[in-house]
Amino acid sequence: MKFQGTENYVATEDLMVAVNAAITLQRPLLVKGEPGTGKTVLAEEIAKSLGKKLITWSIKSTTRAQQGLYEYDAVSRLRDSQLGDERVHDIANYIVKGKLWEAFEDESAPVLLIDEIDKADIEFPNDLLQELDRMEFFVYETQETIKATNRPIVIITSNNEKELPDAFLRRCFFHYIRFPDAETMAEIVAVHFPDIQKRLVSEALNLFYDMRDVGGLKKKPSTSELLDWLKLLMAEDLPPEALRAKDAKTAVPPLHGALLKNEQDVHLFERLAFMARREGR
Amino acid sequence: MFTGFFYKLKEARIPVSLREYLTLLEAVEKGLANYAVEDFYYLARAALVKDERHLDRFDQVFGAHFKGVIDLTDGMDEVAEADIPEEWLRKLAEKFLTDEEKAEIEALGGWEKLMETLKQRLEEQKGRHQGGNKWIGTAGTSPFGAYGYNPEGVQIGQDKSRHRRAVKVWDKREFKNLDDSVEIGTRNIKVALRRLRKWARTGAADELDLPGTISSTARQGWLDVQMRPERHNAVKVLMLFDIGGSMDDHIKVCEELFSAVKTEFKHLEYYYFHNCPYEGLWKDNARRRTDQVSTWDVIRTYGADYKLVIVGDATMSPYEITYPGGSVEHWNQEAGAVWMQRLLDHFEHAAWINPQAENWWQYHGSIQIMHKLMEGRMYPLTLEGLDRMTGALNR
Repeated sequence: MKFQGTENYVATEDLMVAVNAAITLQRPLLVKGEPGTGKTVLAEEIAKSLGKKLITWSIKSTTRAQQGLYEYDAVSRLRDSQLGDERVHDIANYIVKGKLWEAFEDESAPVLLIDEIDKADIEFPNDLLQELDRMEFFVYETQETIKATNRPIVIITSNNEKELPDAFLRRCFFHYIRFPDAETMAEIVAVHFPDIQKRLVSEALNLFYDMRDVGGLKKKPSTSELLDWLKLLMAEDLPPEALRAKDAKTAVPPLHGALLKNEQDVHLFERLAFMARREGR
Repeated sequence: MFTGFFYKLKEARIPVSLREYLTLLEAVEKGLANYAVEDFYYLARAALVKDERHLDRFDQVFGAHFKGVIDLTDGMDEVAEADIPEEWLRKLAEKFLTDEEKAEIEALGGWEKLMETLKQRLEEQKGRHQGGNKWIGTAGTSPFGAYGYNPEGVQIGQDKSRHRRAVKVWDKREFKNLDDSVEIGTRNIKVALRRLRKWARTGAADELDLPGTISSTARQGWLDVQMRPERHNAVKVLMLFDIGGSMDDHIKVCEELFSAVKTEFKHLEYYYFHNCPYEGLWKDNARRRTDQVSTWDVIRTYGADYKLVIVGDATMSPYEITYPGGSVEHWNQEAGAVWMQRLLDHFEHAAWINPQAENWWQYHGSIQIMHKLMEGRMYPLTLEGLDRMTGALNR
């Protein structure tokens, strides 16, 4: 069982080593990186390439660790008891399974994605330590222990909004998805748009990396934004020459809305364009 | 197996633990490294480093530690490191140096000594990544380069081409700039108050715990009101202000800013220093000579849960940071960097606010050094900088 990237996902060598280490040693893999570099997609692609089911647990600021295990729906039970429902005698009827339970229970050892773990409360990762380490937990209400028969492959993503506790980090493998270099980027584009014109791509990539080099951008455009932009360029059927015009009259590339997500950044670009035009005169 | 490597990582203050080391060994045993150096590098990185801030340091340690090993496996026919350049240099020197200059070299301890120092400095220069401006390259101040031979000739940085291989992955040190910030923009500082207040008030006020009440009522069968305990301001801040210099005005702004929100913090303590924190800090600038508090006492008084905010322009001579006795005001037994490190070792959450515009930082050696000491946690005195600072301190 080895992950080697898929036809839709270009994995660098260091990423493959990290993923395979996590799979072989059955430890969680923590993935960090700039937004839009394919952290979440990684889990989907691992599941696809290994032919496994993907279970996604998206974390929000209000998510508690317990919700991943199970919840006891006491309110339904109270209501049922008022109505004289027979189900009320068995507490197991009111235990709602969480994503972790689902993953542990699955015989096929699915891929479990815990997405954006840094969104949750600071204690959240600590509350999951034992559960992820031993892959088992105890259900207090029914006095049973849920244990994973086949340990799922756990992928955890973080956007670095909060520091994760050391004890948690020690149990994971870590990979930082670095922003791809031009070569890898060309590969990624080729994977997504096989029939795109070669010249358009190289013009677009040049422009894209130039834009990333501009100092003072609030949010640098990332891989996913580049792919969106290319999609637009293709839909508009723009010739490569339209992109090359950047040095003469306009510094703002066509359809920049896909790349720049902040009006201050757009202003900055327009100012640069204005200055370029003045110098040109 | 890799115990030496492990301890070197520890020395470089990369937080590695025994558990991670065992994980690495387990992975190696399972054949994941595949006996290729590069795979081993990736594997070790994934297993041992858990924060991208430490990736660059890891690369350096890895490079230094496995250098010999890689040289052995990659080029058995390589000549020993310093042989060629030394011969070459000696010849060059004999050709070009006057007798006077030769005498001068003798005074420095002779060729062997000189070469040894040179090699040592080369190592050192390779080992650190920025602010190395006192090493080879600043012509005129060091004995090397002063005699007319270009350091290039001493094969500085040439061991890569000798191997006729591309640069090693870890020598590229791609993560070097990972935590460097680029954004700038000085805007109105008043809005910053609101941000700081927001920071101080982490946590909601006390309230009825509605889900708790419902759940508990359903469990018990009677009305059982649950109250969530009042969450009060938990942020404790220790501030150090650089005082007595060109930046006093800016630092005053910052001081006022923080004292304006003082009531919002659980604790806000402040001390002053000049240019770089050394062994003593003071609370009253008028009595700075007499009423100094030992920095050790400060470290011991305030727990690690305090967030350390240093305000200063960090613009000084690099010696004031890196050398004992470098302070302009008094004789300091230990270098400023040592004291900075002690502070940072103790206060896990630390940030430096720099009133200098961010795009100027790169031109000041001392700011670079400080920036590196702070591991990138230096922020400009702008709204956005404060934002980034509180974000980093809250993590």
